[in-house]
Amino acid sequence: MARTEVSGRLKWRVATLTDKRAETSTATTLTFEVDEWPGHKPGQHVDLRLTAEDGYSAQRSYSMATPADGNKVVLTIQTVNDGEVSPYLTEMLEVGDRIELRGPIGGWFVWDASNPAPVLLLAGGSGIVPLMAMVRARVRGERRTPFRLIYSIRSSEELMYGSELRMLPGGIDVSYRYTRRAPDGYRGRVGRLTPRDLVEDGWPADFAPACFVCGPTGFVEAAADMLVADGHLPPRIKTERFGPTGTA
Amino acid sequence: MAIVSKGFTGKRRGNESRTPPGQYLTDDFPVLSAGPTPQVHTERWQFSIVTEMGDKRQWNWNEMLALPAEKPTVDIHCVTKWSKLDTTWRGVSLDTLLSDVDTTATHVMAHGFDGYTTNLPLDELRQGKAWLAYEFDGKPLHPEHGGPARLLVPNLYFWKSAKWVEKLTLLVRDEPGFWERNGYHDYGDPWQEQRYQGD
Ligand SMILES: Cc1cc2nc3c(=O)[nH]c(=O)nc-3n(C[C@H](O)[C@H](O)[C@H](O)COP(=O)(O)OP(=O)(O)OC[C@H]3O[C@@H](n4cnc5c(N)ncnc54)[C@H](O)[C@@H]3O)c2cc1C
Repeated sequence: MARTEVSGRLKWRVATLTDKRAETSTATTLTFEVDEWPGHKPGQHVDLRLTAEDGYSAQRSYSMATPADGNKVVLTIQTVNDGEVSPYLTEMLEVGDRIELRGPIGGWFVWDASNPAPVLLLAGGSGIVPLMAMVRARVRGERRTPFRLIYSIRSSEELMYGSELRMLPGGIDVSYRYTRRAPDGYRGRVGRLTPRDLVEDGWPADFAPACFVCGPTGFVEAAADMLVADGHLPPRIKTERFGPTGTA
Repeated sequence: MAIVSKGFTGKRRGNESRTPPGQYLTDDFPVLSAGPTPQVHTERWQFSIVTEMGDKRQWNWNEMLALPAEKPTVDIHCVTKWSKLDTTWRGVSLDTLLSDVDTTATHVMAHGFDGYTTNLPLDELRQGKAWLAYEFDGKPLHPEHGGPARLLVPNLYFWKSAKWVEKLTLLVRDEPGFWERNGYHDYGDPWQEQRYQGD
C-alpha cells in the first residue's frame, strides 16, 4: 500500500471560522476556511489546537462532516460539559476567529466511492459526523451505491442533520433508534440497538457490505460485536471510537 | 508562531513532569482500534517470535504463563492525547522472550490475531522496556484492551502496544505497519510528539 495519505510533514495550518450554526441544542456545526487545504476523504479527521496566552495548548480530533470542497473544512462538535476544548469551540469561538488545525488524518476509516459494495453505516450520537460525510459524498457522486444508515440517539433533540436526512434521494435508507425517548407518533421500540435492528434495517452479511461503525466506545463495541455475530467478516467492519469508555 | 485563542486558559488536567506535551490525564481507559474486538481463546492462543532467518520460537498459553512474570507500573500515552499514570500490569518481559533468540535485526513487526500490524525499533523492546502483558489492574486483560495478551511498550505511543498480539517478526530494516501506512509515525515517541509521518 502506498503512503499517500500524508505526504511530507503534516503541518499546522491557519483556519478561519466563516460560519457557525446550531445543529442541536448541544452540537454546533463550524465551517472553516483553511489556507491551502489539500482536500480529504469522507471519514477522515483533523487535529485542532487551542493555545492559551501563556503557551499552554490542547489538541483534539474532529471528523470532517462534509466531503472535500476547496478550502472548506466543516466540523460538527458536540459540547461535552466540563470539556476542555469542545465548549470553547462551540461557545467562545466566533466567526472571523482563527485557530490552528492539521490534517487530513486517518486513511482507514474512509469510504472509497469506487468500491461498489453496499454500505452500512451505524452511528451512535456524534458518531454520525464522519458517516454524514460519506452520505454526502454518495449524494454528490455519480454512482448510486446503496446505503443504509442506522442512527442511534437518546431522543430526537439529539438528532443532527435531521432535515437533510429526511430529504435523501432513493437508495439511501435511514432508520432511527431512540434509546431513551421516542418522538410523538413513533411506533418502534425504545432502547439500545439490538441484533434484530441489524436484520431489519441493515444488510444481510451475504451481500458483503462495507460497514462503518462510529460513536461512543460502548456503542461501537456492541454494534461491531453484533455485526460479527451476524456473519459480517471483521475486515469489512471499520470502527471509529469517540471518547471515553464509561468504565475504567 | 502559535495563534493564541483569546479567553482560552485550558483545564490543565496534565501533570507537567509526567505527561508528554499535548497530552491530558484521564482516569478512564478509552478504547481505540480499527475494527471489532476479536475473541481470542486461550486454548488456541499462541505467541511466536520469528527471526530474520526464519527461525521460530513459539509459546502456547500455559507455556507463556509458566515464564517468569513481572508486575510493571507504568504511564501510558495514546496518540489521541490521553495519558494514564501508574497503570499496573502483569506480564512477561520481552527480554525473557528474546533471551535465546539469535538475531541481528534492528526492527520488529508486531502482528495481532486481528491482522493488525505495527513496527517498532527492537531496542524499544529490550532492557526492561516492554512486556507481553496479560493482566491489567490485577485482573485478566479484557478483550477490549487487547486480552488475552497484548504488547506493552509504554515508552512509545500506545498504538505500538499491539493488542491481541500473536507474533513478532524481526526485521533487518524498518517497514511501516497498519497505522504507519495510514500516516502515523514509524517511531512514535510521545515526548517528541511523533504522531504523524514527518513529525
Ligand atoms: C478520530 C476522532 C474523531 C472525533 N470526531 C468528533 C466529532 O466529529 N465531533 C465531536 O463532537 N467529537 C469528536 N471526537 C471527540 C473529540 O475529539 C473530543 O474527545 C471531545 O470533543 C471532548 O473533548 P473536550 O476537550 O471537550 O473534553 P475533555 O476535556 O477531553 O473531557 C472532559 C470529560 O468528558 C469526557 N469525554 C471526552 N470525550 C467525550 C465524548 N466524545 N463524549 C462524552 N464524553 C466525553 C472525558 O472522559 C472527560 O471526563 C472525535 C474523537 C476522535 C478520536
